[in-house]
Amino acid sequence: MRETSPTRGAGISDQLLEGILRGSRPHLARAISLVEDGAGEAVRLLSHVYKRRRMASVVGVTGSPGVGKSTIVNGLVGEFRSLGRSVGVIAVDPTSPFSGGAILGDRVRLRTHTTDDMVYWRSLATRGHLGGLSRHTGDVIALMDAYGFDEIVVETVGAGQSEVDIMKYAETVVVVLAPNLGDDVQAIKAGILEIGDVFCLNKADLPGAERTRRDIEMMLNLREESGWRPPIVMTQAHTGEGLSELVNAVNSHREYLVSSGLLEQKARQSHLAILNEYLSLLTVEKVLESAQVDGSLERALKDLSSGNSDPLTCASELVKRHLT
Amino acid sequence: MARKIRVLVGKPGLDGHDRGAKVIARAYRDAGMEVIYSGLHRTPEELARMAVDEDVDVVALSILSGAHSTLLPKVVQCLLKEKGQSSLDVLVLAGGIIPEEDIPALKAAGVDEVFGPGTSTQEIVEYTKTHLKREVA
Repeated sequence: MRETSPTRGAGISDQLLEGILRGSRPHLARAISLVEDGAGEAVRLLSHVYKRRRMASVVGVTGSPGVGKSTIVNGLVGEFRSLGRSVGVIAVDPTSPFSGGAILGDRVRLRTHTTDDMVYWRSLATRGHLGGLSRHTGDVIALMDAYGFDEIVVETVGAGQSEVDIMKYAETVVVVLAPNLGDDVQAIKAGILEIGDVFCLNKADLPGAERTRRDIEMMLNLREESGWRPPIVMTQAHTGEGLSELVNAVNSHREYLVSSGLLEQKARQSHLAILNEYLSLLTVEKVLESAQVDGSLERALKDLSSGNSDPLTCASELVKRHLT
Repeated sequence: MARKIRVLVGKPGLDGHDRGAKVIARAYRDAGMEVIYSGLHRTPEELARMAVDEDVDVVALSILSGAHSTLLPKVVQCLLKEKGQSSLDVLVLAGGIIPEEDIPALKAAGVDEVFGPGTSTQEIVEYTKTHLKREVA
């Protein structure tokens, strides 16, 4: 299979769109870079891409560092492939706050389907974005969707308490846990444990697995009743044990979302969250830009350092002055 | 806005030593680049597929097994095929235990530069930054 890589220069967004719709991997790969780099051409490209979305299913995989997220994702890829479904994977790792560089190591765990044409794996760095994903994860999902993958799996950075962005993008969130992280379970129970639609207790062969399972059960018992009780699936990702049960649990959750009508509601919420993000971004940009031009930014900074004003007052005045 | 430089640090073949690869990965990271590490024991086909999917500017191959003259030209061949290009827009670098007399053949086969033991990471990072084949701005 010979595929021509995209060339540089004018018309790059049209070229990439055409390549993506034709199913060319180098074009998809370059398009993701363009979007991640915030290049000007990306806006035009995305405006077309969003209209070509095919509504792939999006599964999120999150959990603390070292619980086995990447190995689980590798296993999910295998399970989805055995069902004949094509898979795009987005794996996010942190960017160094000092150098801006990153080591993206999730691929080390990808040991099967490494040259399967129906599998595409992309590693992203957070580039300073908080919440457990990169700023443009939603756009990268749209690109993979337009390309035509049936399933899109998004793996977050090793998550702690507040990396809950994944719920904006994934219909089903799998929270991966490992036994004997008692203190961690305590620490995260206000955060990522709340967003799990399916719990995956990995490394289930380790002693303490049964106790950890009971801890999660208890936590779930305290939840408000709803139509869906998150199942707990015991897995040993390195042997494949429990992976087909995990996929079954994900599929059941999906069916529940459809039959209960929650899918639509969920989509609405996530669109609102994403819109919110872009609105903040654009308004901040606009205010800062015009406040710089007419000197009001400089005046506000002087007032703050001399103690003549407070941040909230300064911000409200800037917004009043520049947004109306 | 300058775009991020992305590097694939790859371990081709049956060679279980990746201390060097990890040192290089770290040096690139500290230079502000995004580094994808392949993990051990990758085939040339796997490495080429990773390079395309990850849209990297650089493929840096670490090899200590002695199979460089077989594996490295294969990686270049697979990259050409996978990218559908007649000349690569990816910089291909090699490091590890590679005898001086093998280097000309590797370069003729499309490896852009070979770094031997004792090369400073600074030198490798500088070389990489100044020899990229795609525009950075």
